[in-house]
Amino acid sequence: MALVRLDGAITEAPAAAAGRPGRRRRPATLPTAILLLGAVYCLLPVAWVLVASTKNNSQLFNTFTFAPNGSLWSNITSLSSYAGGVFWHWMLNSVLYAGGGALLSTVVSALTGFALAKYRFRGRSALFNTLLAGVLVPPVVLAVPQYLLLAKFGLTDTYWSVLLPSVLSPYGIYLARIYAMSAVPDEVIESARVDGCPEGRLFARIAVPMMAPGLVTVFLFQFVAIWNNFLLPFIMLSDENKFPITVGLYTLLNRGSTAPALYSLVVTGAMLSIIPLIILFLALQRYWRTDIASGAVKQ
Amino acid sequence: MKQPRKHTAPRLAPYAFVAPAVALFALLMLIPIGYTLFLSFGKSQVSGLGLGTGARKQVFAGLSNYASGLSDPAFLSSLLRVLVYSLILVPVMLGLALLFALLLDAQRVRFQRFARLSIFLPYAVPTVIASLLWGFLYLPTVSPFPAILARLGLSMPDLFTTNTALFSVANIGVWGGTGFNMIVIYTALRSVPTELYEAARIDGASQVQVALRIKIPMIGPALVLTGVFSIIATLQVFNEPHTLAPLTNTISPDWMPLMKVFDLAFNEQDSYEAAALSVVIAVAMFVFSYGLLRVSNKRVFQGR
Repeated sequence: MALVRLDGAITEAPAAAAGRPGRRRRPATLPTAILLLGAVYCLLPVAWVLVASTKNNSQLFNTFTFAPNGSLWSNITSLSSYAGGVFWHWMLNSVLYAGGGALLSTVVSALTGFALAKYRFRGRSALFNTLLAGVLVPPVVLAVPQYLLLAKFGLTDTYWSVLLPSVLSPYGIYLARIYAMSAVPDEVIESARVDGCPEGRLFARIAVPMMAPGLVTVFLFQFVAIWNNFLLPFIMLSDENKFPITVGLYTLLNRGSTAPALYSLVVTGAMLSIIPLIILFLALQRYWRTDIASGAVKQ
Repeated sequence: MKQPRKHTAPRLAPYAFVAPAVALFALLMLIPIGYTLFLSFGKSQVSGLGLGTGARKQVFAGLSNYASGLSDPAFLSSLLRVLVYSLILVPVMLGLALLFALLLDAQRVRFQRFARLSIFLPYAVPTVIASLLWGFLYLPTVSPFPAILARLGLSMPDLFTTNTALFSVANIGVWGGTGFNMIVIYTALRSVPTELYEAARIDGASQVQVALRIKIPMIGPALVLTGVFSIIATLQVFNEPHTLAPLTNTISPDWMPLMKVFDLAFNEQDSYEAAALSVVIAVAMFVFSYGLLRVSNKRVFQGR
């Protein structure tokens, strides 16, 4: 109700309606307050972990949470030396899984999406629908048989066991198909064929550059999806040195329930692990604007 | 005489292009799904003393795995729990996402850029890490809330009782999912042509009226799709409760349906019943989402 009252008080002058009006006028206090409240709620755990990582274990349990202490550096050094520096190994593994998996996934999605968008061939729509239905199968349902199958080939507890299942992305294929449809004109393909350009080259030299901004989005989505993945590596891996950061920190937290001394390490590790992603995020924000309903990508 | 090659779109190229995806789909989806079905109708039979290799083999078990899985009270209560969880989480999360998206799109609201980035930020935090952070915030010994509440003369409720744990887990889902859905809805709002509501504004309609009468109906398809995807995702909840479990006894290893499957497969080593329950969950999920998309299809595509 208050919203109505705040807005109802304003009568829009027709002259100001052109362009983006009202910017310089009295700010709407309540809507701004609601928006800021949402921002505070979302920043709270991140702010907490930044402060909590400056506390050693006894400070963590005994001082007011939002009062920083000076133990950040000693926390980082003891985390770095924990189990022979395994924490940085986990970080590196996550970069490898997410980077390598997302790259392979983008290539496969681009190839498939381009073919589905720009060629007419038998079974095209059946293939598209089948691939999309893959979104509906819960990962845990697949993880058990995937584990059993990979175990038969002796592939469990290897980097491949985490990388391979990350390559196929129905959502990535869906997006790539949309980008190919909207960014690669048929006339360009036609004239390249007239010039005798082979299909592989047509894809790599002509289609990929045109789809590039969309493919960056596919890469980012898949990167975050793999970075966030827990279940797959948790099931596939038993060697601590191959863990990604999510599984590593989970095992550390699990040990912390019997050895609370580990809690400050868990907190520091959580803090260090979210920083790279937040930076990646802020640096590449313009690629995150996606409209799943109309499939349009705004640049 | 040579045919002009202009109109002969190559026959083999598209198959070569889709080959990697098809191979991966077969290897990582079709074969595992088939294998799950196969396992779900089997049981292990021990011959002799059960020693040595080959002493155990799989025999046909009919529907017995399904029968025992579906009559397990723990599984049934986890099903009920996940439905309640979804019922709490999805409306709150999408309601907030819509509210924030409308505020981002509204005029005269300040700090829009800051708020957009802040609210989207949790998307960059893996659910396991998010659960870990909230888990600490829920623990009275580490959390800042008891001290703040004490100043107001209140005490912090126990967030891990049988009644509150579901809300504690749902909060993590809301925290992690609101931003992504907000961006999807916001993007849809930005693509609504401004002419549609500039006229209404000139006629003296308030921003709230414009939002309710023009903007929300226009972004119907985006709302339906975020709704369907959110329901599917919440029914598959695993990471959050699984991560919180070490912090409390309230969250049992079979607290949610997928946790039950995991528990059966890897702790109780009963791949057969785990497979049967996987099939049940997958079929339910498929029917459910297909039905939802079917019902909403008309709405989803009328915008085109």
